[in-house]
Amino acid sequence: MEYDQALDPRKNYQNTRQKIGYVNRKEATEADYQRIGFKSGLEVHQQLKTQEKLFCHCPAGIYHNNEDYDAEVIRHMRPTLSELGEYDGTALMEYKTRKEIVYRLNNETACTYEIDDTPPFKMDQEALEIALDISLQCKLNIVGEVHITRKQYLDGSIPTGFQRTAIIGVEGELPLKNKTVRLIQLSLEEDSCREISDIRHTRIFKTDRLGMPLIETVTYPDMFTPDELREAAEYIRFLNRSTGKVRTGIGSGREDVNVSCRGGTRVELKGVAHNKWIPELSHNEAFRQWALLFIKDQLAGQVTQPDHWEMSHMQIDIGEQRLTDDLLQQASHRGEQIIAINLPGFRGILSHFTQPGKVFADEIEDRLKVIACLERPNMSHSEESDPRLHADTFPTLSPLLSAGPRDAQIILWGPEEDIPTALETVEERCRMAFHEVPRETRKTFPDGTTVFERVLPGPDRMYPDTDSAPIPLDKKYIEERRKQLPEEIIDRYHNLREWDVPEDTYHYIFSKDLYPLIRDISEKLGYDAKFAGTFIGHTLKFVEGHYKRHADFQYTHIYDLFAFISQKGLIKEIAKKMLPWVYNKNPMDFEQILGEIHYKPLKKDEILSRLPQLHQQFDRISHANNAHSRNDWMMGQLHHNALGNIPLDELRKEIEKTQVNP
Amino acid sequence: METDKETHQGYKGRALDILKKFNIRVWSAVNIQTTRGHFEGKILPRSENDDDKHLVLKIPTGYNIGIDTDTIENMEETGFEKANYKIPEQEFPYSEHLPNVKLFGTGGTIASRLDYRTGAVIPAFSPGELYGAVPELADICNLTTEKVFAVFSENMGPSQYIQLARSIGEEIENGIQGIMIGHGTDTLHHTAAALTFMVQNPPVPIVLVGSQRSSDRPSSDAALNLIHTAHTAGHSDIAEVMVCMFGPTSDEYGFLHRGTRVRKMHSSYRSTFRTIGDVPLATVNREKVTPIKQNYNPRREDRQVRIQPYFEEKVTILYYYPNMQPDIVDALVDMGYKGIVIAGTGLGHVNKPVYPALKRAVEKGVHIYMTVQTLWGYVHMFVYDTGRDLMDLGVIPAANMLPEVAYIKLGWALGQTPDREEVKKLMLTPINDEITEKEPYNGYLVYQGGVPEVEEFIRKYHK
Repeated sequence: MEYDQALDPRKNYQNTRQKIGYVNRKEATEADYQRIGFKSGLEVHQQLKTQEKLFCHCPAGIYHNNEDYDAEVIRHMRPTLSELGEYDGTALMEYKTRKEIVYRLNNETACTYEIDDTPPFKMDQEALEIALDISLQCKLNIVGEVHITRKQYLDGSIPTGFQRTAIIGVEGELPLKNKTVRLIQLSLEEDSCREISDIRHTRIFKTDRLGMPLIETVTYPDMFTPDELREAAEYIRFLNRSTGKVRTGIGSGREDVNVSCRGGTRVELKGVAHNKWIPELSHNEAFRQWALLFIKDQLAGQVTQPDHWEMSHMQIDIGEQRLTDDLLQQASHRGEQIIAINLPGFRGILSHFTQPGKVFADEIEDRLKVIACLERPNMSHSEESDPRLHADTFPTLSPLLSAGPRDAQIILWGPEEDIPTALETVEERCRMAFHEVPRETRKTFPDGTTVFERVLPGPDRMYPDTDSAPIPLDKKYIEERRKQLPEEIIDRYHNLREWDVPEDTYHYIFSKDLYPLIRDISEKLGYDAKFAGTFIGHTLKFVEGHYKRHADFQYTHIYDLFAFISQKGLIKEIAKKMLPWVYNKNPMDFEQILGEIHYKPLKKDEILSRLPQLHQQFDRISHANNAHSRNDWMMGQLHHNALGNIPLDELRKEIEKTQVNP
Repeated sequence: METDKETHQGYKGRALDILKKFNIRVWSAVNIQTTRGHFEGKILPRSENDDDKHLVLKIPTGYNIGIDTDTIENMEETGFEKANYKIPEQEFPYSEHLPNVKLFGTGGTIASRLDYRTGAVIPAFSPGELYGAVPELADICNLTTEKVFAVFSENMGPSQYIQLARSIGEEIENGIQGIMIGHGTDTLHHTAAALTFMVQNPPVPIVLVGSQRSSDRPSSDAALNLIHTAHTAGHSDIAEVMVCMFGPTSDEYGFLHRGTRVRKMHSSYRSTFRTIGDVPLATVNREKVTPIKQNYNPRREDRQVRIQPYFEEKVTILYYYPNMQPDIVDALVDMGYKGIVIAGTGLGHVNKPVYPALKRAVEKGVHIYMTVQTLWGYVHMFVYDTGRDLMDLGVIPAANMLPEVAYIKLGWALGQTPDREEVKKLMLTPINDEITEKEPYNGYLVYQGGVPEVEEFIRKYHK
């Protein structure tokens, strides 16, 4: 094969996509997931609704804008050795990146504990209790003593370099509709910082969220399709919310999704904020791994001695090579080095499909950003669909690199001090392609694709926290808590079905934890459960979607509303008319709302006594005297008076009666 | 044969009984059946201070949990693997062009690793271990190490000061180009003062260093403190006894403090060491030492160091409080104390009822010096009658010497002579700024937050 027989990157992408048998998520069947051996588990993070943070007395749940800070502190993270005297993979990578970590502190939400200048205070009792309640709810085996453990994180997201975390229970289970999902454990831990920016060698965090109590529920990899995965995620979220003691809103619940395909590796998709994104993300990740296995096979045919594989590189002087590419000239102006790399045997690999719209070369570019701190665009390669460089740039450089017909090339650029790490990074990723799917954590995007975030940490990064004493959980306390547990989500689900509440309301009811409200309206006030469920699941949902919520409105006001209606002897339908006012204007003064909607108390007889007169009136003004339009017109006339006084269907019947016999 | 203590490390009472009952050892892999369900993992040693009602189990995910012994129905050993944790050693490289520096260990853990299974702190100390932990050191100096003794910071005392001073003297005679001393931080400043008096006219830097966060923590200050200290010992021109610790709490630069003017001022901050009543000697970062004070003792080629290893142990500090009773002073005299440093209020005061006791003490030959518990500022006993009265009783004002420094110096002086005048001369003749002629205007800076200009400052600069 001659070099000028150019490979068409677009075609190669399409062909490889087809070769691995990628299907769109919407068209994928269970057979597709069986074919690639889709397997996944969840780590569900949920913030708890406590007054204070987990290990200090700063308030929890107050957030600041990026510029709203009082002071900054700088830290660096150094890797610590594992028991074998080796640095953990993540540790080594984080150290290579040599990041300067800046923490922004706001005095309202951070004290000296957050920046690790004061040892931890006692663990927040409120948080421990909520975590215990949820652990019991998950049927976990509760530990005898809570041991606070340090879990190392070197990305800077926690100023100490480790997260304080503690197991509350192990080995539980969740009953989904069609299967049981096993739980590995539930831990109570402190939340991390929020990242403001990560540019070059500086990463900036804010510390408002840092230290807020969080639980992590970890499942076994028992989910074999993306839909099962989502169902499990929803179930755990609903269960957490059913306690009424967890935070809701943006960022308060986040999922880490572990995915692998047959022959692949556990890869962790980090911080998925919405459960609805889970199916697409996990689908694509399983296929990305599937694609990497095809790449491995293809490389085996193109590289005879993978263990002796080496790339070659040279520094490029753009003047000498007469290269006029804008990107290269700009890099050169910035004083950066430009390096051309030859990857023997990688022809057709760089443009190999990995994810929708992504190819193997992206795996390299992502790592250059994270590990070598080179901002994108940081490279170009010989198999780009939309070439960043001129068509003749690579052909010009290939002879200098002594490139052969089965090779591929990369040009990268960056500050001189980052080039050695950049070269190592490229070589390392390419070598991995011969052997395995790398163990990674990946950052997720709403379009269903992911990028490299970190090397997945090894198991040896857990250390006992020498700053805190173990906390015993005695039997009496556990039994006390067990008595106060809400019923299980699966039982609630069955109850709603039994009550004949429409199924399309369930997601809304569970996600807002409104089941107890429906139950109370039905059980305590005696309203029909189907009516209560439909009212909440349809009417309230509609109102929430169309009106602005009053600052004082709480769901419990709806119970008060029905109590009021019941006590006044009003008919229940009036609630529908009143709800927008309660929600939007005046959550507490129901009398006033009655005035606003022009309610007049009238007896049924009084209303019906107007019928004869209305019949006469209709006779006078009507053109088309049919029964249907007469009824409608009369309903329209009386609707107002009937509101709250007589159910509308009853009124209609009465009107119909009088029509037959006026 | 393993002893009971080893096989059941840290377990006692009920917990020990149940381990024995089921024939389970520390490091056993176990299946435990309890009334709370089934647990699986490895039995870990238990901290001696914890109760006897729980077993510590490392579960497969790496976390530790405690198992309530009352809930245990059955335990079964499924395996056994004892952890044997060692710090890896790599040979510390030697470079012809780098200075030779000696690191003395005193027992404080400047560099250490945590055994991830037990949580035990394992010190890294040999050059090879240190190189494994802080490889940057090899670019700064050629390092050798010596463990002089192993005591916790709070157990450092006169005999350790003397031993350390002698070792330093020997190293200097042998031609070393800089000395580092690893030390726990609690009494670091006491040792720094003692060495200033015992090792006089040193030709090379003598730098004490510790860490506020142990080096098994990724954001520890230990590595950077060690790097700063090695740089100072090997390359700085300042041949004095110094303390090198974080300047701001941020990982930015270190301060070099004179051994006689430095004090630990916060129980947990990284930037805990502050020079009191003066500005620090210098700043140090990874590249260079930048002197703040220009009048320091410069590095010399000669080896003319004077080792004066003396200490009288019957010396104490009396921290004055309102309503102090004279019997306290009487008791000290009765117990044979020869020197008392008073940390007095304000300009150096105690209440009248104590006067007779002080008079009796002086008459019995006890040497009494007055310092201030305000830490900043001078003793000034002429301002009020009470001060003049005290001096008449024989209480000697110690100018702006810090109470702890005065304690160390009095012990050192009394170790040489009981003569009242000679002791006074030793005490009041500064060896290295323990008494200064003046306090610079910027020598007292304790900012108070909340005022706009301070808030502006701390937002702009890393504190």
